[in-house]
Amino acid sequence: MNWFRFASPASFYPLAGRLAPWFGGAAALFAAAGLYVGLVAAPTDATQGDAYRIIFVHVATAWMSMFIYLVMAFWCAVSLMFNARLAAMMAQALAPTGALFTALALVTGALWGKPTWGTYWAWDARMTSELILLFLYLGYMALRQAIDEPRRADRASAVLALVGAINVPIIYFSVKWWNTLHQGASVSLTSAPTMAAMMLTGMLLMALAAWFYSIAIALTRVRAIILERERHAGWVGEAALAARGAR
Amino acid sequence: MSVAEFVSMGGYGFYVWGSVGACAVAMCVEPWLLRRQHRRVLRSLRLRRDPAAARGGHVAVEGTR
Repeated sequence: MNWFRFASPASFYPLAGRLAPWFGGAAALFAAAGLYVGLVAAPTDATQGDAYRIIFVHVATAWMSMFIYLVMAFWCAVSLMFNARLAAMMAQALAPTGALFTALALVTGALWGKPTWGTYWAWDARMTSELILLFLYLGYMALRQAIDEPRRADRASAVLALVGAINVPIIYFSVKWWNTLHQGASVSLTSAPTMAAMMLTGMLLMALAAWFYSIAIALTRVRAIILERERHAGWVGEAALAARGAR
Repeated sequence: MSVAEFVSMGGYGFYVWGSVGACAVAMCVEPWLLRRQHRRVLRSLRLRRDPAAARGGHVAVEGTR
């Protein structure tokens, strides 16, 4: 099988359409299982009470916010190096979902901070660098919007995304490099081993749900982007007419 | 565990359900917006290629850009 065939928007469009529902379904299943484990099955924490349950949505969204940025930067690099259209479209499709996860990580973090630290927000290194990540996503999207010619927008926004990638290791190591209010990655919330295993299971289930959700959304959004950007291609008009018959 | 206990989350209900709710709302709204965007693009493409077919559709063409 020739995988490079799928580097062409015309052949990737139907493939993405076939794959997206499966990833969406997997996301729903994993989220349901993860929420059950996190909110019902896992016992109450000895020191934090039930407030610690925010971890199940907070960690998954925070991991995803950083990971999507790295994937976006990867596609930007590919689009610059090989002048690949589809790679640039993938980066474009990932940015809004990355921004959404960053916003959710900040919101859930604030809601966790209030009961445990006594404040919704502090200008701590971890939180500040995560806020910068949100601005990087928004800046990337704004720059794309500001440039009319898509290929020029691809190049300019790819450079911005790649320069901004330096922020991701800063977020990740911020809890080691600076004295932060935010806890370090090594701190475990509990000492009981069965509890730790249950927590880890819930966190991993939620993280997988976030992964599948992101893949489903990126595939769906890239389809809309392909149609818009390739609208002058003959196959696009035929796909649009065929889609009407299918509904 | 009773339903009331589950909802109150040991007094942290606002924070826990606020976090879960924010994520749930975001992950319902984003796919919905995306589906709308995809349909809008498809409609404008049909309009461009075959105006008669697009008009004959069950959806009004008010959203075309």
